[in-house]
Amino acid sequence: MKTESNLEKVLAAGHLAVTSECGPPRGALPEEVVKKGGYLKGVVDAVNITDNQTAMVRMSSFAASVITRQQGLHPLLQMVTRDRNRLAMQADIIGAYSLGIDTILCLSGDHTKFGDHPMAANVHDIDSIQLIQMVKNMRDEGKFQGGADLKGPSPKMFIGAAANPFADPFELRVMRLAKKINAGADFIQTQCIFNVDKFEKWMEGVRARGLHKKCYILAGVTPIKSVGAARYMKNKVPGMDVPQEIVDRMASVPKEKQPEEGVDICLESMERLKKVEGVAGFHIMAIEWEEKVEEIVKRAGLFPRPQV
Amino acid sequence: MITAERKPLEELIEYVKPYKRILLLGCNECVTVCAAGGRKEVGLLASGLQMALLKSGSSIDIRQHTLERQCDPEYVEELVPMIDGVEAIMSMACGCGVQQLAGRFKDTPVFPAVNTKFMGASERQGVWAERCQGCGDCMLGQTGGICPIARCAKQLMNGPCGGSAGGRCEIGDDVDCAWQLIWDRLKALGREESFVEITPAKDWRSGGGSGPRKIIREDLAE
Repeated sequence: MKTESNLEKVLAAGHLAVTSECGPPRGALPEEVVKKGGYLKGVVDAVNITDNQTAMVRMSSFAASVITRQQGLHPLLQMVTRDRNRLAMQADIIGAYSLGIDTILCLSGDHTKFGDHPMAANVHDIDSIQLIQMVKNMRDEGKFQGGADLKGPSPKMFIGAAANPFADPFELRVMRLAKKINAGADFIQTQCIFNVDKFEKWMEGVRARGLHKKCYILAGVTPIKSVGAARYMKNKVPGMDVPQEIVDRMASVPKEKQPEEGVDICLESMERLKKVEGVAGFHIMAIEWEEKVEEIVKRAGLFPRPQV
Repeated sequence: MITAERKPLEELIEYVKPYKRILLLGCNECVTVCAAGGRKEVGLLASGLQMALLKSGSSIDIRQHTLERQCDPEYVEELVPMIDGVEAIMSMACGCGVQQLAGRFKDTPVFPAVNTKFMGASERQGVWAERCQGCGDCMLGQTGGICPIARCAKQLMNGPCGGSAGGRCEIGDDVDCAWQLIWDRLKALGREESFVEITPAKDWRSGGGSGPRKIIREDLAE
C-alpha cells in the first residue's frame, strides 16, 4: 500500500470500488457541501470534490474537501492545472495532506472559455501529466518539483488521473493512458460512458498493453435526468459521446418517467461494464443529483460498501 | 513574424486630439507584411484621422514617414531631422517599435496605432495564425514541428485533452487540435512510440518566467 487512502484499500482488497462527486457551491455555503456529502456518506468509497469545474468560480476544492472530511467522508481532491502554478499546487497538496486528505485527481481543467471568467488567464504552468509526476515525486521521493527536500513526512497521496476514451484521436487514447500511468497515476476515472461499445474497444487496447494491471480503472457513469440533458451532453459538452439511441430512448418515455429511465440506462451500462476485464470500479457522476447515488449503488448490488 | 491589427479610429483620435502636429510613423517589416502598419496603412490612417478631425471642426498636420525598421536604433536615428516641431509621434509598428521611439525621444509623447498580437505565420491571403510564444526552449524537434505551447489552448505538453474532436479543439471549430496535428505528423514520420515519452515540467525561466529577457552576443556586442 502506498497510502492510507480508503479508496486504495478498497481497490487493493479486490472490491469493485465506488466513487461519486460533489460540486462545491458558488458561495460561502458550507451547509450545501454537508448536504451533498450527507447523500453520499456510507454509499461510496471516496467523493470527488471538483475544482472550479466548467471554469466557474466555486468554493475551493480544498475547503470543500476539508468540510467533507470533517463530515466523515473520504474526499478525493480534484486539482486542475488551469488556475494555479506549481508553487500554489504543491502548497495545497501538503496543506490538504496535513488536514487528512490523502486522495487526489490530477486534471488540466475545462478551458476558461466555457466558464464565467472567459477573460481570465489560463495558467498551465504544468500539464496534468506533469502534475501527476509532481505529486508522485513529493510522495515517493519527498522532493518538491524544484528539487528541494520536503520537511517532515511526505504527503502520501493516492494519485488519480482522468481518461476520456471517447475523445480524438481514438488511437492515441490508450497511449495517453500509458503515459499517465508511467507518470505515476495509481487509478483512473474515465469520462462518462454512454457508448459502451466504444469503451470496450478502448479497454481492449488497454489490456493489450497490460495497463489494467498497472493501475485501477474506474468506469465513469452518469444517470441522465431528462431527454434535454441527453441532447445537451450529446451536442454541447466537449469530449462526450452520447449515442443517438440513448437520446431516442429517453425521448420515448413521458417527461415524468425520464429520470427513472435515465437511472435504468445507467444501471444497464454498469452491468455490462462489470463484465469488462480491467474495470476495477465505478465513478458515478450524478451531477446535481447526488441524492440518486445511493439508489444506484444499491440497485447495482454494490451496497454495503466494504469496511477496510 | 510579429502580427498586429490597427486600433479603432476612435481610440486613435483620442490620442492625437490635443495636438496640432504629429508624426505618423510606419514600419517596413512585419506590420507591412500583415498590412497593419506599413507605408500604405500610414497613408490611409493619416487621411482617416484628418477627415475625422475636420468633421469635428479641428485640424491636424500629420507628417508621414515609414522606417525600414522601428525596432533598430540605426533607423530610428533617421527621424532626428524630422522630429523638430512634432508634438507627438503615433507609431504603426509593433510594441517593440513604439518603445524604441519612446526610448529615443524622451520628451515626445509616443502612441501606438496598432495592437501587437502574436508571432505567427500566414495561412492564406489575409489570414495569420499564432505559431510561436517565444518560450525560449524550442520543443518542435520532439513534437513533429507543431508547437503545443502556442497552438494547444491548454499548453498541454503531453498529449491532447479530452476535448479534442474530429481534429478540432474544444474551444472552437475554427481551431485545430494541436495534438491531432502533432499525432498526424508523428505517424507520418513513423515516430508514434515517441509519444509515450513524458515531457517533464517546463523551465519557464527561458520563457519570461524570470523577468524581461535579453540576448547578449559577446561576439557582436559593442
